[in-house]
Amino acid sequence: MTDLPRSQHIVASGAVALVGITVAWISWTQESAAAFLFPRIISTVFVVLALWTFGKALIGKTKVGAGLSRNAILAILPGLAVMLVYVFWAAAALGVYTASTVAFFILLTLYDPAPHGEVRSWIKRVVITA
Amino acid sequence: MAVALLIPFTFQLEPASGLILLGAAYTSTVAGGAVSAILLKIPGAPANIATTLDGHTMARKGHGAKALQLSFVSSAIGGVFGVLLLIFLTPVLAQWALAFGPSHLFWLAILGVTIIGSLDGSSVVKGLLSGCIGLWLATIGFDDIMGAQRFIFHDSLAGGINVIPALIGLFAIPQVINMFAKGRKRLDAEVLEVERHPVGDAIREVLRRGRALTIRTATGSIIGLIPGVGGQIAGLVAYDQSRKMSPEREKFGTGHSEGVIAAESANNATVGPSLVPLLPLSIPGSPTAAVLLGGLLIHGIFPGTDLFDNHPDVAWTFINSMLIGQILMCVFGLYIAGLAARVAQVPNAVMAAVVLALAIFGSYSVQTSMGDVYIMAALGTGMYFLERFGLSAAPLVLGLILGPIAEANFVQGSMIANATVGIGPYFFTGALNLTMIAVVVASIAYSVWMELRYRRFTTKEDAIEKEEALT
Repeated sequence: MTDLPRSQHIVASGAVALVGITVAWISWTQESAAAFLFPRIISTVFVVLALWTFGKALIGKTKVGAGLSRNAILAILPGLAVMLVYVFWAAAALGVYTASTVAFFILLTLYDPAPHGEVRSWIKRVVITA
Repeated sequence: MAVALLIPFTFQLEPASGLILLGAAYTSTVAGGAVSAILLKIPGAPANIATTLDGHTMARKGHGAKALQLSFVSSAIGGVFGVLLLIFLTPVLAQWALAFGPSHLFWLAILGVTIIGSLDGSSVVKGLLSGCIGLWLATIGFDDIMGAQRFIFHDSLAGGINVIPALIGLFAIPQVINMFAKGRKRLDAEVLEVERHPVGDAIREVLRRGRALTIRTATGSIIGLIPGVGGQIAGLVAYDQSRKMSPEREKFGTGHSEGVIAAESANNATVGPSLVPLLPLSIPGSPTAAVLLGGLLIHGIFPGTDLFDNHPDVAWTFINSMLIGQILMCVFGLYIAGLAARVAQVPNAVMAAVVLALAIFGSYSVQTSMGDVYIMAALGTGMYFLERFGLSAAPLVLGLILGPIAEANFVQGSMIANATVGIGPYFFTGALNLTMIAVVVASIAYSVWMELRYRRFTTKEDAIEKEEALT
């Protein structure tokens, strides 16, 4: 087994710990105290658990979570990019229906196992999208 | 995921009709998960893991249709028994719920988060961490009492995080990205011969194994009553018991029909009982029950005394409809058993695109706001990566749903406490408070013990392999 999952665990749990510390810092510094009473309790427990997880990742004791393989990351990236562009830009800029149709067709093209060189497979994709 | 995706469709319906739709989906997804478990050896839901052991072997021997028929008939029998338990136990607990004050309701909400947080997964700390993230997300927006802004980093967050887009994002988007992760591969399913099999024979076979069926259904119902345990444990426990107690124990794992009957009757028997703690006490017995809790709150219905005092028509229509739902599920399941092989092979690319589009339409339709769509996508994408590192969506969703209940009762309880006996005695004394604190501590301690046992017998590679197989 390579060190890839271990380093990923450190980065992921570190990011969660950072969020926890930020939440706790905001909770304990913002006013009014009464409005932040519940968030203060929650964020304190959040930070303790997040730091515990981060500590375990640092010493390589994390047993749960398979991480992401290089192949999975490469397979996810195009779809994720289409999804994020669709949600955060295209849906508002082009309209939900147009953007949905375009995104549907692009996702189908990206992940359909049928060969990209055949006219028949393109017709099938257009028909499914329609 | 199906229940979460259907919630936006209930907005235009009467509360009772909306809940009937969600309840039917809950019942059908547990039973329907057996289709891919039997034909593809991929459990459609965690509750169907045990079904793969004998069900898929039967399908490989050409008995796929028989296995599907057995699974739907035994699911219906188990499900009906479970719903009857719901009907008879709920009024008793509803009366008991009248004794609950703010401090008890606060501890109940914490109990809900800790039980599911500590039992849903093999790491207690990560389960509880997920629950804490959910509780924090629930505090985003304007404070109800002081009107103070809390954690509003973007305009979309000013109104807080709406439960529905969050539910859709947390359950649907990780599935979409999981489909992306498979790349341009065809499904690995073998092309199975699914021969015709008379339905009457399947019903007779299930009834012939009446003793085993009764014991497994009772096992599933009892396990379903325990909040957070879920159908997957019921299915595996029932399968294991059946194998140990059967005179034909050597046949288990080789395509034995009793294995399918045991697993499916037990997992569907958990559906009704998992709602027993939800409806009168607001404790969801399973992640899907937590989503149903979200569905109730959207229609302005709060589980507990409010549900049975002010909306008894909704409560009892919903409960009784689940009984009819079990029968309809069985009829429809038997009808589609022959066609199921084709349905289970819908290409990943089509499924991913359809689910993504539905998730966006569903989130947008809640308040016709793109802000909700952004929240759905951001939470869903984040959840996918968190899941790869051992955090799970169920406790996070529960934290998000139970957070406002916990905070409202905590604030209300604090006010009463400050005016009377003080916070310490108000929250930490009294038989009911102490009982619930004891259950919270016991559930965490039990989970830590189970985790230690799991680690002793499981290597890191085994754990990763098991997780990859399940995802």
